[in-house]
Amino acid sequence: MASVLETPQAPAASTSPTVRILREKLGDQVLRVDEWRGDLAVTVSRKAWVEAARTLSFHPELDYKLFLDLCGVDWLDRDGHDDRFEVALHVYSVSHKHHVRLKVPIPESDATLDTIVGVYKGANWFERETWDLYGIVFNGHPNLSRLLTHDSFVGHPMRKDYETPKRHLLKEAKQWLLKVPEGSEHMIVNIGPSHPAMHGAFRVQALMDGETIQDAEAEIGYMHRNFEKMAEERTYWQVIPYTDRLNYCSAFMNGHGYALAVEKLLGVPAPPRAEAIRVILSEFSRIMDHFICIGANVVDLGAITPFFVVFRAREAIYDLIEACCGARLTVSYVRIGGLAQDVPDDFEARARTAIASVRDVTSQMEKLLTRNPIFANRFKDVGVMSAEDALSWGWVGPCLRGSGVAYDVRKDHPYSGYEQYDFDVPVGTVGDCYDRYLVRVEEIHQSVRIIEQALAKLPKGPVITDDKKVALPPKSEVYSNIEALMNHFKLVYEGILPPAGEVYGYTEGANGELGFYIVSDGGKFPYRLKVRPPCFAIYAAFSEMIKGGLLADAVAIIGGLNVIAGELDR
Amino acid sequence: MATVNVVRVERNTHPGIYPILLGLKITFMNMIRTLFMGQSATIQFPEQKRVSSGRYRGIHLLTAREDGTPKCVACYMCATACPAECIYIEAGERPEKSIEKYPTRFEIDLLRCVYCGFCVDACPEEAIMMSRENDLVGTTRAELIIDRDRLMERGKLAEYGPGYRPTDHDVRRPVRIAALERLKKEHGIVPGMPHR
Ligand code: SF4
Ligand code: SF4
Repeated sequence: MASVLETPQAPAASTSPTVRILREKLGDQVLRVDEWRGDLAVTVSRKAWVEAARTLSFHPELDYKLFLDLCGVDWLDRDGHDDRFEVALHVYSVSHKHHVRLKVPIPESDATLDTIVGVYKGANWFERETWDLYGIVFNGHPNLSRLLTHDSFVGHPMRKDYETPKRHLLKEAKQWLLKVPEGSEHMIVNIGPSHPAMHGAFRVQALMDGETIQDAEAEIGYMHRNFEKMAEERTYWQVIPYTDRLNYCSAFMNGHGYALAVEKLLGVPAPPRAEAIRVILSEFSRIMDHFICIGANVVDLGAITPFFVVFRAREAIYDLIEACCGARLTVSYVRIGGLAQDVPDDFEARARTAIASVRDVTSQMEKLLTRNPIFANRFKDVGVMSAEDALSWGWVGPCLRGSGVAYDVRKDHPYSGYEQYDFDVPVGTVGDCYDRYLVRVEEIHQSVRIIEQALAKLPKGPVITDDKKVALPPKSEVYSNIEALMNHFKLVYEGILPPAGEVYGYTEGANGELGFYIVSDGGKFPYRLKVRPPCFAIYAAFSEMIKGGLLADAVAIIGGLNVIAGELDR
Repeated sequence: MATVNVVRVERNTHPGIYPILLGLKITFMNMIRTLFMGQSATIQFPEQKRVSSGRYRGIHLLTAREDGTPKCVACYMCATACPAECIYIEAGERPEKSIEKYPTRFEIDLLRCVYCGFCVDACPEEAIMMSRENDLVGTTRAELIIDRDRLMERGKLAEYGPGYRPTDHDVRRPVRIAALERLKKEHGIVPGMPHR
């Protein structure tokens, strides 16, 4: 991925069927077509927005069914942008294996846009977020209210002219998330924000008819810290520690995805040894994440043994990660263009110990759960999600594969050398909790396979690029060589200066496609950094899924979605 | 090119009474492993401490010259690289060497610090490093802003061991002084406390 290098604005874009069909349908409403670093971006006018989204999704030749991301960009007084705002939509076609970015300029005087919730269900929360952070109104949206910030928050924090030091007094919790019909006899139950079955601080309000959920609404944002705004005031290098706090159950993978996205922007690939080490640590992180997901899921159902059993292997993996990265969770080990330092000498031995431990506990976990009738009865045919709906909601990763769609970034768009490794992509048939569980277990086995192959052919060589504009020179040179020291000073002082442009970098995180949409204006800070958080789109579907089911089933469902507050609220 | 297959997971797993008994056996085996075979996965903290690697990023230290003064030359590189903006430096001139500076104040706000180690990476002098000390307790916020004297103390280092630090050593001051002069002349950069 990082090695895709094209000249900016290649005219080849016009040959793409996406551009041809959009031009046929919309004529001169297609304002601009850009292709850069392998990303196709089409800008359309506001009038044609919904029609363009509809064409992308429903045209058989395009079939962009998988909703990925929708976000705003604020261009405040920037040259070359007559309209202040921009909304960017990312969608993917599983059948044709291509991404597209659809953009629309929006003037400040009339910051409105028609909703595309009718085309992509997943757009619901993403549009709410865009309204919340940018103040862009989505006409026809079913529930355009604050999502990440608090209800009494004033202003839209991602706008470039928002004064960051401003403080707000936020004390009243929103009492009613649901509209309760007049004179209703039903009971309202609040699950969370602090509840043992909620995996972090988030809240669901349910309208109960006996044990059955009639209606439900979710509230998130309790852990919102606006990572994206912070990133706009940090150099590309300084963003790395913040990525560790996104999905903190598999911290390393976030940094891996972020580094690849920036490397794609720069056109500077990491050396093969760094990529192989990244793959190994990412796969170990995936294993840990799946362990936590399954373990915590069954704790909610009352089975506490598997949770403790898997922690033995998690501990072994954390030992390995700490020996490489210097911290168990806040790893900060990747650098743009490689890794902070080479792995320790006993890396392979430690990794093999961890693998042995993973094998041991996985077999115990499977024996404890897979064929256990209580577990199977609680999971089978509960929380069924059809493949079509899953795509429309923007589900990715094990949850999407549980619904039978074999989309895995590692398979379809290999990065970091995944094309060298043999592995299977497990898919489910029904799309219920049991399928999601089985897919995760199988992925643990496949991750072990990948790690073993990567360990066997771990290349030798440097672990970071020697590009002086990207990576700090080695310390021995900094101490003795004036040129190296100058580069060191300059890089620390000025940061990495990428070309102006925008890229969407994506990797297969533990929860699915983790995307970083980076807009660069050529300066030392990212102009806009949008994370495409996999569990945000997955959790958006939760309140719809539990309607009509039992309360106890809702508890079984939420664990299997693996919602991680750090990634959900950012 | 490697082979990547899509496989369907087997749903028909035949749950029954036998798997429950097997599960009980596993639970008891784990109990025996933990209680009688010394294979406990936990440690008796705080009597027993986890052994961390020599890369562990704990509380910082300032290294010293032979005469006991800090090696730091107040070049502000660590403060510039710090993503949490938690290093505060004030520079003073060293009387004996005209061009050499040293920190009259050097403070790290450990409550803001994210322990990323970027300050260590950015330092051209091997003047700042990290220890494995990690059990930080204070009753006020001010107590956890540690100053130069605390950073120069060595008691805890002996107890916990050194953590993240550069692997190469060799500090040649003239190179740095010449580079700083050129940085100013050629690029107009005079490092100072970052302002955001
Ligand atoms: S460890 Fe990171 S956050 Fe802490 S002082 Fe150093 S650079 Fe700043
Ligand atoms: S980078 Fe090193 S020498 Fe420069 S101010 Fe910081 S600790 Fe001192």
